[in-house]
Amino acid sequence: MALKASQLKVGDTHVERVVENLSRTQIVMYCGASGDYNPLHADEVYATKVAGYPSVFAHGMLTMGMTGKMLTNYVGDGRLTKFGVRFTNQVWPGDDLDAKATVAAIREEGGQHFVDLTLSTTNQDGKEVVSGSATARIDP
Amino acid sequence: MAKITFPVEASHIMMFARAIGDTNPVYHDAEQAKKSEVGGIVASPTFPQAVAQFDPDYPLRWRPGQKWFGSGKTPTGVENRPSGGGGLHAEQHFEYHRPLRPGDLLTVETRPGETWERESKRAGKLTFRERITEYRDQNGELVITARGVGVTTERPVDQR
Repeated sequence: MALKASQLKVGDTHVERVVENLSRTQIVMYCGASGDYNPLHADEVYATKVAGYPSVFAHGMLTMGMTGKMLTNYVGDGRLTKFGVRFTNQVWPGDDLDAKATVAAIREEGGQHFVDLTLSTTNQDGKEVVSGSATARIDP
Repeated sequence: MAKITFPVEASHIMMFARAIGDTNPVYHDAEQAKKSEVGGIVASPTFPQAVAQFDPDYPLRWRPGQKWFGSGKTPTGVENRPSGGGGLHAEQHFEYHRPLRPGDLLTVETRPGETWERESKRAGKLTFRERITEYRDQNGELVITARGVGVTTERPVDQR
């Protein structure tokens, strides 16, 4: 179901819980799918003893991917024209993440309607782990 | 940088969607996807980053016969690794001209962008490096432009 410009207004939000109790196994699955096998994400010994972190942590791109899941559920498949994020805090095994999109603008360009969204993904402590923006094609 | 050839395959799209916990049938069920608005399987929005699988020189992949900085007998296989573990990902941006589909044969080229530095209370001196990546399809059409920013920290990021 595509979004309709006529039914959206600035300030509308869509929130989804995109992961609950993030597992090290999911992080390893992301290593395998993405090809990024950085031991910081998959090797607890290296991450703690060499790199000096409390444990392994998620790829930023895993958090962006999960934020993208919320986005495509909201705007529909194949409708994004832009999607950008900053990684503001690390994501750790055990984290619960909520991804939120807020309508920033609804506009028309060359007869096509678009929605601009601001994005924020937060953990169980309310700390923002990803902030960003996206643009999607919408119906009239 | 050398051009990388990135064949987009249905099983890879499925595995990538599983890893991000996305059960949308448009990523794994050809029948369902056919009936959807996009008319077939498409890749999820951050899938382009999986081009790393096809980069012959990608540094974050273990290779036989080469030293690897992860743990084995000892916590790292490479001496003098920096604390903080090297680089982190600071930003990632995509511009999409169309969704990727199984059967697409992409040519991917990355060029360096700007470099800048900043002081941070949580991690010391930060060095940011931007990279611009263009994904072109089998017809030479630009399908995705990506801009990534990596950051090297002076020390591990303070968690307090």
